[in-house]
Amino acid sequence: MTSYIIRRLLLMALTLVGMSIIIFIMLRLVPGNIADILFDSAGFIDPQEKALLEEELGLHLPLWKQYWDWIYGLVQGDLGFSYVSELPTVDELGPRIPITAKLAGLSLFFAVLIGLPLGVISAVKQNTWADYVVRIISLSGLSLPSFWLGLLILTAFVAWAGYIPIYTSAPETWYDELALLITPAIAVGFRASAIIMRLTRSSMLEVMRQDYVRTARSKGASENVINYKHALRNAILPVTTIIGIEAAFLIGGLIVTETVFNIPGVARFLVEAIQWRDYPIVQNLVMLIALIVVVVNLMVDLLYAVLDPRIRYS
Amino acid sequence: MTAPNFTIEELPSAEIPRKGVWYHFRTFCRRYPLGAIGAAITLVFVFCAIFAEFVTGMDPYTTNAATSLAAPGSSHMLGADVMGRDVFSRIVYGARISLMVGVGSTLVGCFFGVFIGLASGYLLGWFDLITQRIIDMMQALPLLVMALVMAASLGPSLENTIIAISIPLIPNVARIIRSNTLSLREMPFVESARASGFSEWRIAIRHVLPNTLAPLIVLATAQLGAAILTEASLSFLGLGIPEPHASWGRMLSESAAEYVRTAPWLVIFPGIAISLVVFGTNLLGDAVRDMLDPRQRKT
Repeated sequence: MTSYIIRRLLLMALTLVGMSIIIFIMLRLVPGNIADILFDSAGFIDPQEKALLEEELGLHLPLWKQYWDWIYGLVQGDLGFSYVSELPTVDELGPRIPITAKLAGLSLFFAVLIGLPLGVISAVKQNTWADYVVRIISLSGLSLPSFWLGLLILTAFVAWAGYIPIYTSAPETWYDELALLITPAIAVGFRASAIIMRLTRSSMLEVMRQDYVRTARSKGASENVINYKHALRNAILPVTTIIGIEAAFLIGGLIVTETVFNIPGVARFLVEAIQWRDYPIVQNLVMLIALIVVVVNLMVDLLYAVLDPRIRYS
Repeated sequence: MTAPNFTIEELPSAEIPRKGVWYHFRTFCRRYPLGAIGAAITLVFVFCAIFAEFVTGMDPYTTNAATSLAAPGSSHMLGADVMGRDVFSRIVYGARISLMVGVGSTLVGCFFGVFIGLASGYLLGWFDLITQRIIDMMQALPLLVMALVMAASLGPSLENTIIAISIPLIPNVARIIRSNTLSLREMPFVESARASGFSEWRIAIRHVLPNTLAPLIVLATAQLGAAILTEASLSFLGLGIPEPHASWGRMLSESAAEYVRTAPWLVIFPGIAISLVVFGTNLLGDAVRDMLDPRQRKT
């Protein structure tokens, strides 16, 4: 087990180094940097001033040197300064990360709360109207863009409550914050709940055909005991994987939803930073996302062994 | 023993009657009713995309200050936007953009994914090791984040949006094709082709590749919906299809903040179009998966 973890950690480090190179190159694929954007929007180009700005930001250095400076700083905990606000990247990201983390947590909570029971009901009541309804809900969840769902919720609020529940200023109490985050969390979590629903259903159906379930039924066990004690406990393994993967990949939905609901989180900030070619912010944020994804993947794999004692890593 | 009193041509034909397209269509509809609904929805949007000029008589780009934010009615079936452009005709022309990006990026992603997956699974060794590590790296980022960075790097245009969405699709396709190639290369028909003296590339292209088509079709239909959703999200964020193209995501982005209160039709109808086409392709994708992957059929 220890050697497995060490091997996975080494692989993780390799993936992150590769990702850092890919992101660094991708951001510099097209000619033009923040100096070009600033000078173009100002409407004039003074080559001397532009060169001065590029020198100040370190953009005049060769690419390998820029990459080395970034990685060297990253390892030492120095994430650099934002090109736009000139504030340290840590100060820019610090207050935004908790907002996005809370929204992601709430979205995942909502996704599991809805997806898991509906998936079980759909499997237990296979080919009944309840199953068809759940399947249509889950397919809708996969088809509705989360930003449109967010816009629909806003439209509904305007029509029925007469106001829009968006972030205008920082909420004072946790209750206010919860009230503000619950609607975007539903918009983001709906898609994840659909995926969980579909996988729970297919996993349950697979398990319910196993011999030990038939044996339990022939022994006279009640349907509840069969469904929840025998079937669900065994069907939960692949569902755990998908919950983990969805937790890491929620950021895709968060990017657009934070934009719709005007939430000052880190996901919306990524889009703004990309548009401004604010390299330090984009590079470090993308690395953070990649780190979360690989760590969650590792945790899910390790959780496998805890949930299923038959699985042993060597 | 007497000679038969008929010729061989007069005997009834032993050929099994071939079943027509209509028979297969009816069988598909009966076996996969939801898939048939999905196919019908997808076909409607494909029809709109191809014959947009005939479906709507109005130009999606003509502005008219007099009809700015006109509510749905007789002159504008689904209303007009702030520049007085007809929402219905923009949705119909938007189908062209959406499907072009969806199908285009899926095809490009599948083409490179198949090539990389086939080469990786067939050549093995260092090439496979390096390719798999690069795929690991690419899969460490969510599709939208990867597409977002790509789209921003390449700049907003139709072609660049297709490239930006197709690149994150490559690793998924390459993984599936590689795992299929790994099992296929050990099959007896590959060994016999090798024994016949065929070159390795000929075996890979002529014998292994056609056998990976079923999982590829399943994956491609599943990816189509994801590609359409990603295009809508990119355009919504202002990094996808630029003006003046009629893109559904862009239509929502223009109306998102300002017109939720005053002109909700600008929010509702483009969103219905996106959801319907993705719903259709998802239903179709599920049916295709059930049809081509018998292991999934029972669940």
